[in-house]
Order: sequence, then structure tokens, then C-alpha cells
Amino acid sequence: MNNPFSLESKTILITGASSGIGRAIAIECSKLGANLIITGRNEQRLSETLSLMNGESHKAIIADLNNEDHFNNLIERTTPINGLVHCAGFVNTLPFQFINRKTISSIMDVNFFAPTLLSVQLLKKKKIEKDSSIVFISSISGKYCTYIANSMYTASKSAVDGIVKGMALDLAPKNIRVNTVNPGMVDTKIYSKGTISREQLAEDVKKYPLKRYGKPEDIAYAVIYLLSDASSWVTGSNLLIDGGYTLQ
Amino acid sequence: MDINSFVEKFAAQFDETDASEVNAETKFRDIDEWSSLMALSIIAMVDEEYKVGLKGDDIHNSQTIEDIFNIVKSRL
Repeated sequence: MNNPFSLESKTILITGASSGIGRAIAIECSKLGANLIITGRNEQRLSETLSLMNGESHKAIIADLNNEDHFNNLIERTTPINGLVHCAGFVNTLPFQFINRKTISSIMDVNFFAPTLLSVQLLKKKKIEKDSSIVFISSISGKYCTYIANSMYTASKSAVDGIVKGMALDLAPKNIRVNTVNPGMVDTKIYSKGTISREQLAEDVKKYPLKRYGKPEDIAYAVIYLLSDASSWVTGSNLLIDGGYTLQ
Repeated sequence: MDINSFVEKFAAQFDETDASEVNAETKFRDIDEWSSLMALSIIAMVDEEYKVGLKGDDIHNSQTIEDIFNIVKSRL
């Protein structure tokens, strides 16, 4: 049976695959037959992801995308791909009057510059095939709303949403599609630093009409749609996945 | 570190509350202006001034400004 959501014979590069949403995407894509190249900074956690994936043909490449040597090594070792998923990202909770050039730069480096420049270099080196799909993990923060003390993260995700529009138009002649998924809060370790208290998180989850935070798999299934041929006519879109959070 | 300058920096985060109303024994949750954003401002102030990382739960488990001072002091 022809399954339009199948990822058979597609090679897909996933950043931020050592934890959270990136790890779930790697695992779920492997179940649908994709060949995966996964990357992340932490060797142990990246090999844990690899061990949870279906199939043996996958490749793991350790890389800190803001380290020039790592970045170049990743480009070099990446074989031609049909899909690219940008998951690496972090949150820095700071009230607006405490932000400064250094804190802004560090979040823009990881959340915006790294995925953008990785896309550019992979294209220049002809590593992204025609008819490919590029997916950025954005957020409800930015396009839809924000959260207290979250201005830098919101700005970084707005930058992502913006550049994706330009990319989608410029890459359309190659039939390369570019989209974002925009999740609400997902149960990952992104808030493990503890700046936001458990009590605040317990209060926050009540604002979700579907009465829970997202699971990483909820996001992975949307990314699979955008990577697959089922979304052949979808480009420049922002797919909202938020349990109804932004409805009210 | 000195409790008086800590209280001063704590009080400086507020806009409507007179610094003279705030002292080490003040139960910060009783201050009208207190909010979850204010808690994050205190965490950011402590990081900036003392290079100490407070968690939301540290604030949650404290009652007075001195309680927070003691946590910061213990991590210097």
C-alpha cells in the first residue's frame, strides 16, 4: 500500500537530536523508514538516541554548531539529504531590563544563526537534494504570543519564522519546501535549570484547553508530515501545535 | 555580602513600593507589587550582582527577604 507519510528512501539530517523534541523526531522518523544523520553536542546522549532508533544504517555526528570546526566537519560528513530538521535551541528566562548584548547574542547564535547558516552551507555544497523539505522547530512564542521574561527567545523564534518565509520563496525553484512547526510547551528538559518554579509550571499547564503539555512525539508527528510527500504543496507555513493554548 | 545592600537591591526592583517600607524581615509576598515576573527579576538581579543562580523553588520556599539573602550567601 502506498503510504504518503512514509519516509522510506529519504535521508534526513536532524540537529539537537540528543534530547527532547529532536530525539523524538529521530526515533519516529526511523520507524517510518528514513535514513538519519543525527547531530548534537553530547556524545553519550546522542548515542542513547541512536540506540533508541529503528534500523542500523543511521549516522551520529557530534557537533556544537557554533564551533567553526565542528560546523565544517558536519557539512563535510553529511551525505546528500532529502530532509533537514532544525531542533537545537534553548530558553533563557530573563526579564527585559536584564538582557544585554551577550545574552541576546548567545540565544540568537543557537536558535537563529546556526540553523540558518547550516541551511546555507548545505545548499552551497549541494548537499540538499531537489524536492527536499526543511523544517524549523519554532514556537508559539513569537508568531502567536509570548511569556513573561521570555523576550529574547521570542525574538529568536520570530527571526526563524521570518527567514523561513524568505527561504521558502527563494528555494521554491528547486522544489525545496521550508516550513516551521510552532509548539506550545512540550515536556522536555528545556526548563530544567529551574528558573521557572514547579509551582509556576503547574499553574501554566492549566491554561491549556487540552489539559496537558505536549509530548515530544506530538511534535514529531507534525514534522513527519512536513518531511513526507503528504505535504508536497506546503511551503512557507507555520504549523501551530499547542493543545489550544492560543485560542483564548 | 551585606544584608542591607541586599535589601536595597531587592527593593530597587519595585516601582510603586517605597524602599523605606522594605526590610530584611519583610514578607515579600505581602508587597502589593509582588508577582511571578518580580520573582524572575529577583533571580536575574541575584545572578547579575552576586553571580549566584537561584531557582524558582528557592523563591517559592522563602518567606522573607532575609530567607533569600541566606540562600544567596550560602552559595557564594
